[in-house]
This record gives sequence, structure tokens and C-alpha cells, in this order.
Amino acid sequence: MSIWRRLAGAVLLLVLGLSLASNWLALAGYAKQYRAAAGAPPSREHWLGTDDIGRDRFARVLYGTRISLLLAPAAALLSTLMAALVGGLAGYLGGAWAKAAMAITDLFLSLPWLFLLIMVRALMPLNVSPLTSVLVTFLMLGLLGWTSAARVLCASAGTLRDSDFVRQARASGIRGVRLFWIHVLPNLKPVLYAQFWISIPAFIVSEANLGILGLGVAEPMPSWGSLLRELEGLVSAGEEPWKFVPLLLLVVVVTSFQLLLSKEEGLPA
Amino acid sequence: MLGRKIARHGLLILATVLLGGFLSAALVRLAPGFDADEAQLDSHLNSESLEALRQARLSQHNISRFYLHALRSATHGDLGSSLSLQQPVSKLLRERGPLTLRLVASGWLLSWATAMALALSAAWLRLACYDAGATILTGALLCLPAAVLALFAVLWNTPAAFAIALIVFPRDFRYARNLLGKAYSLPHITTARAKGLSEPRVLFWHVVPVAAPQLLAVAGVSVSLALGAAIPVEALCGLAGVGQLAWQAALARDLPLLTNITILATLVTLLANSSADVIGHVLRSQEI
Repeated sequence: MSIWRRLAGAVLLLVLGLSLASNWLALAGYAKQYRAAAGAPPSREHWLGTDDIGRDRFARVLYGTRISLLLAPAAALLSTLMAALVGGLAGYLGGAWAKAAMAITDLFLSLPWLFLLIMVRALMPLNVSPLTSVLVTFLMLGLLGWTSAARVLCASAGTLRDSDFVRQARASGIRGVRLFWIHVLPNLKPVLYAQFWISIPAFIVSEANLGILGLGVAEPMPSWGSLLRELEGLVSAGEEPWKFVPLLLLVVVVTSFQLLLSKEEGLPA
Repeated sequence: MLGRKIARHGLLILATVLLGGFLSAALVRLAPGFDADEAQLDSHLNSESLEALRQARLSQHNISRFYLHALRSATHGDLGSSLSLQQPVSKLLRERGPLTLRLVASGWLLSWATAMALALSAAWLRLACYDAGATILTGALLCLPAAVLALFAVLWNTPAAFAIALIVFPRDFRYARNLLGKAYSLPHITTARAKGLSEPRVLFWHVVPVAAPQLLAVAGVSVSLALGAAIPVEALCGLAGVGQLAWQAALARDLPLLTNITILATLVTLLANSSADVIGHVLRSQEI
């Protein structure tokens, strides 16, 4: 394991640990308002200052990190499972099944990702509770983000279907779901792992995009996207540098995921 | 052969748009609140008018009928009306389309030119530090959400096309660099080098032609990325284009407008991908 991968792993563990300990580390909850100190700069009480309505920014960054870091992998898991189901089965069955599944996949892939996301987000009520908005946002990412992975898995499963050991298993009388479950699916694991790890940073960045556009997690629940909306009000970059902390954290986390992935899956760093 | 390929792409585009249109119509029809009409709350309307409104809604209950009606209207140039802006969708698209097209085209061109210049120079120079620098730069840009790059464009007062280029460029560069790298590892390149051919000649006569069809495919795919980038860039830079319209429609849950914009974006994406594929096919057939 290279030093960069170790470092990336350590950074991710540290950030995750800090976000999980937000109940103890933060001065108060993410929604608590200090009305006398609205828009305050960093101080001993509020390490990253407060936002326009007096909420402690440090607490919001910690809670927002927890939401993004816990739910992005959950969405990635969902999309990977869907990709395994659609792509894996289509590749394994082949023929008309594979063609139909890939036609649907191509349809999704031909839609620009952000257009698709905002269209599906707009189909759901926008005035939902903050907790529901968190679940809806990440569920949507998970349910829509399976297409490119499904294509890769369909190709891999198609190769496995024609491999010698699967032919031998078929000749031995193993068929159907059992053949898929015991012989095909375990051999798709490396591709599934790769797709899972690729999806996490992609979903973190997508949530941030939706959040900045006001289509992500609803207030007062924090997420990296909603925290980055604060940058909209800046007049110059050097004005209030502490407002860039959520962005810095996001870049560090996404870079760490990329570093972890690059060596493991043989992708360019 | 070429004619058949173009016809196949045409059919694929038509099928995708028809299927996409049906899915969009189904989503609009099944979305919460479709049956409700604000006009029914108008106290000035008499019972007959209210009944007429109810009947109009009931006629749209069947998804297939709803879709066929929308399709028939679309063939006559009527894309429906925007619920939030109370204007015909076709008029809105006509007004805002040119700005988005200009923005996306210039951003895409800038991105592609920068990516190719960097990728070609990295392939030519083959310096580890140059490669590492380019990788770090593109890696850093890939970590930034598109909306943040749009915010920076506003903050530093840079042209919006530059923000689109920064969003698309890292992906273009990485694909281009990998494709050129793969082309360099082919045996005939080693032979060409062994025969003493100069680096520029190897690169432009033997490497680029091999990678060109795939590079074109990447160029086609990056049109979709540039179109997607237009949403945050136009929304946050305050540009009255189709991207901003899509964002406003999403915030106002204006589904007829949003689905039309999405289908239009899909159509542009498919046309770009198909054109890249057909040109790539022509290039490959000329090589043979």
C-alpha cells in the first residue's frame, strides 16, 4: 500500500470519526441559533463563526459532513446493487434481455446527468420535511446513478457467461439463478467494488451541486451542498475565508477517495 | 454502408426521443399534484366552468392518451405552456436557446482545445513532472462541484464560457491523455521510433490518426457534459438561457417546461454522439 493511499485512508477515517463525534464536539445542534452573534467571525465560542441567522458554522460543518459521508456510500450501495441486478442479469441472460436492458441504459445515459437529477427532484414535492429531503436526495442519486455501472457489468457478465468454467458448470447441470448466484456474481465482485468506490465521490459532488442550486437537502438540515450555498453571497474570495472550510473539506474527502481508488483499481491518479 | 449507419443513428434518435417522451409524460402524469388545478379554486368560476376544468383534467388521466395528445401537439410546434411563466414553451426555448447554444459551444470548444493542447504536449514531451502537474490540476478540478466553479466565475468576474470549459476540460484531458498513451504503446509506434522518425512525425502521423475516432467519441460525450454544466453556470451567473430556465422550472415544479427542456437536451446529446460516431466511422474507413 503506497503512502498516498495510507494517507488518504487516514484522512477519510479522521473526517468520518470527527463527523460521527459531532454530538460531543459541537457546541450545540446544527439548528441552534445565537441571535446575538449572527454573521459573527471565528471566535473562541464559534470556531468557524456563525451564519447569517446565527447558527454555529463548525457544528453545521460537522453534522453536514456526517450526512454526506454516511448517505453517499448508502446511495452508492443502492446504485451498485441496481447495476448488478440490471447489468449483471442482462449480461448473464444475453440475447434480447441484454439488448432491452442496454437500450434502457442508453436512454438514461443519453440524458445529461444534472438535467435528469433536477427533473426527478422536481417531480417530488419540494416542501418536504428536512429529514425526508435528505432521504429523497440520496435515494434519487442511488436510483438514477446505476446506468454506467450497469453497462460495465453487462459486458463483464457477458464475458463470464461464455467462459469455460461457466460452460462446465452448466454442463454439470447447474442452471438459472443458482449458476448466476454461485458462479457469475462472485466473479463480478471486483467490478462491483470498483463501481461502488467510484460512485461515492460522484454522489458527494452531485449532492453538492443540487444543494447549491437549492434542490438538495432542505434547511435547517446541513449538508455540504447547503453549506456551500453561503459562497453565493461572497463579494471577494479573501473576504471571509472561513466560509471556504466546507469546500476545503469536500475537496479533501473527494481527493482521498480518488487516491484510494486510483491504486486499487488501476485507474489514473 | 455510411448511409445505413446514418439511418440507424436516425432511427435510434427517434426511438430514444419517443421513449424518453413517453417516460417524461408518464412522470408528469404520475407526479403528485397533477390532478389539482389552481383555477378550480377561483371563486369567480361558475359550476359549469368548474365542471369543464374537471373534464379537461379527466381527459388527461390515461397516460397513453395524454402522451399521444402531447405528441400530436408537438408535431404542430405546440410544446405546451409553462405553468410558472404562463408562456408557450416553444417561445421560451426560442428566446433562450441561442444564448445557451453560444455558451455551450464556446465552453466546449475552449475545453476541447485546452485538453487537446495539454494531452498532445504531455504525449510529446513525456516528462513525468509535466504529466504529474496536469494530473494534479485535472484531479483538483474534478473534485470541485460544477456549481462551485460557476460561483468562482461570478466571484472573479470571468466569462461563463470559461466556467463551462473548466468543468468539462478535466474529463476531456484524462480521456485524451489515456487514448494517446494507449496509441503510443502500439507496436508500430515502437517500430517507427526504432526507424528514427522524429517525435512530431510519430505523434501527428502515427499516434493521432489511431486515436482520432475514439477522441471524436469523447468529443461527442463532452457535449452532454457541457450541456449539464450550463444549468449551474447560467443559474448562478444570472444568464437567461435554457439552463437557467430548467433550474427555475425545477424550483417551481413546472414539469411541462422541464420535460421539454430535458428532451431537447437529450436530442442535442444524441445528435452530438451520433455525429461523432459517423465521422469516426468515415475516418476509420479512410484508414482501411
